[in-house]
Amino acid sequence: MDLNDTNGQESPSQTAGPYVHIGCTPNASGIKGVWAQDLGSAMVDKDTSGDRITIRGSVIDGTGAALTDTLVEIWQADAGGICGANDPRGPGDPHFSGFGRSAGDMETGEFRFDTIRPGPVPSRDGGLQAPHITFWIVARGINTGLHTRLYFPEDTAAHANDPILSRIEHRSRIPTLIAKSEGAGVYRFDIRLQGEDETIFFDI
Amino acid sequence: MKPGFIARNRDWQPPALTPRYKTSITRSPQRALLSFPTTLSEETGPVFGHDMLGPLDNDLIHNFAADGASAIGPRIIVHGHVRDQNGRGVPNALIEVWQANAGGRYRHRKEGYIAPLDPNFGGCGRTVTDENGRYEFRTIQPGAYPWPNGPNDWRPAHIHFSLFGGAFAQRLITQMYFQGDPLIPLCPILGSVGDPAAVNALVAPLDMAMTVPMDARAYRFDITLRGRRQTAFENRQEGL
Ligand SMILES: [Fe+2]
Repeated sequence: MDLNDTNGQESPSQTAGPYVHIGCTPNASGIKGVWAQDLGSAMVDKDTSGDRITIRGSVIDGTGAALTDTLVEIWQADAGGICGANDPRGPGDPHFSGFGRSAGDMETGEFRFDTIRPGPVPSRDGGLQAPHITFWIVARGINTGLHTRLYFPEDTAAHANDPILSRIEHRSRIPTLIAKSEGAGVYRFDIRLQGEDETIFFDI
Repeated sequence: MKPGFIARNRDWQPPALTPRYKTSITRSPQRALLSFPTTLSEETGPVFGHDMLGPLDNDLIHNFAADGASAIGPRIIVHGHVRDQNGRGVPNALIEVWQANAGGRYRHRKEGYIAPLDPNFGGCGRTVTDENGRYEFRTIQPGAYPWPNGPNDWRPAHIHFSLFGGAFAQRLITQMYFQGDPLIPLCPILGSVGDPAAVNALVAPLDMAMTVPMDARAYRFDITLRGRRQTAFENRQEGL
């Protein structure tokens, strides 16, 4: 067996560990001056199209405790439903990055994203998916990053036709993917790694 | 639409629950994952250019050091090729790295190891692959360090890697280890990977061809990201 040969497989994942913030959000972790701004810290500017929203939440372990060493990333469409510069349908909003990254509050673990409500993205069969935001969660103790999605509570009609939500056999688990409204434009999305309300994670 | 991504090989990747790595016990999902063909939401991702990089972003020896100073430790160059599972180089992949200093100490407020901080070493760096998927950065070889898990667990020397390909489905965080480290077979985190060939995939060999005489040894670390399926016969509804 040769060293560093992946045999055509994806390189094995390893946990991000407790010090992921040194590399991914160095300024938030107290390492200043290597580069000016942490990646994913600002998703919008004053000219971004779309309704401004805030998403807050925690990543909660099997004992009910919020993780304080997690890194949460989001990826989403702009207000017109275009997913960044790689979207084959053409350029999206130049004032929207689509990518957010939060180290979470060092004491409480709460993550926060100030973004815009995404437009709907096409599904594989040519229909439209319900508006959603892709989440990716890494932390100490998580061997492979976890994919999931946030959907919006007011989109009940679109949820009924969403091809991903429709695949979920255990219908009682669907609410784990739907954010809770906390007032105008503010949503809470808690992610539970285990337990009765374990979030649905994706194998995509 | 283009074909979707090749499914993750869950026998090659580490499982979520690996009890020898104790923190995984309360942080591993226990229910079945939901599988579905990737959509544009997973097949796209943030795009990074070389213009985002500062001149010292890929030089951990100097990017936190005072003017005229450099980090303490064995000088090394880490380089390699980022490819997808179809063997194609992945251009413009953002690579972020973080590591302990030469004594095995991280610059982090939750770090409690007694080894000293190096005032000239921050421990983070980043680079973007070239048009062929190649990358390199310069750093010092990190030290092994103890960690609270079993009664006497030590991490083999390693560098943490975060990678963005062109698609969010390719997002990967992993660790690079060093050829010949006797701690490799003892590590509960590397041991989360079950297949011995997969463990070896994360061990970088010494590369004398790239070693700079009287300056820095080189280690080669190639990385494979997920690839798309390669068939023209995609599942689609008749008439479309
Ligand atoms: Fe580490």
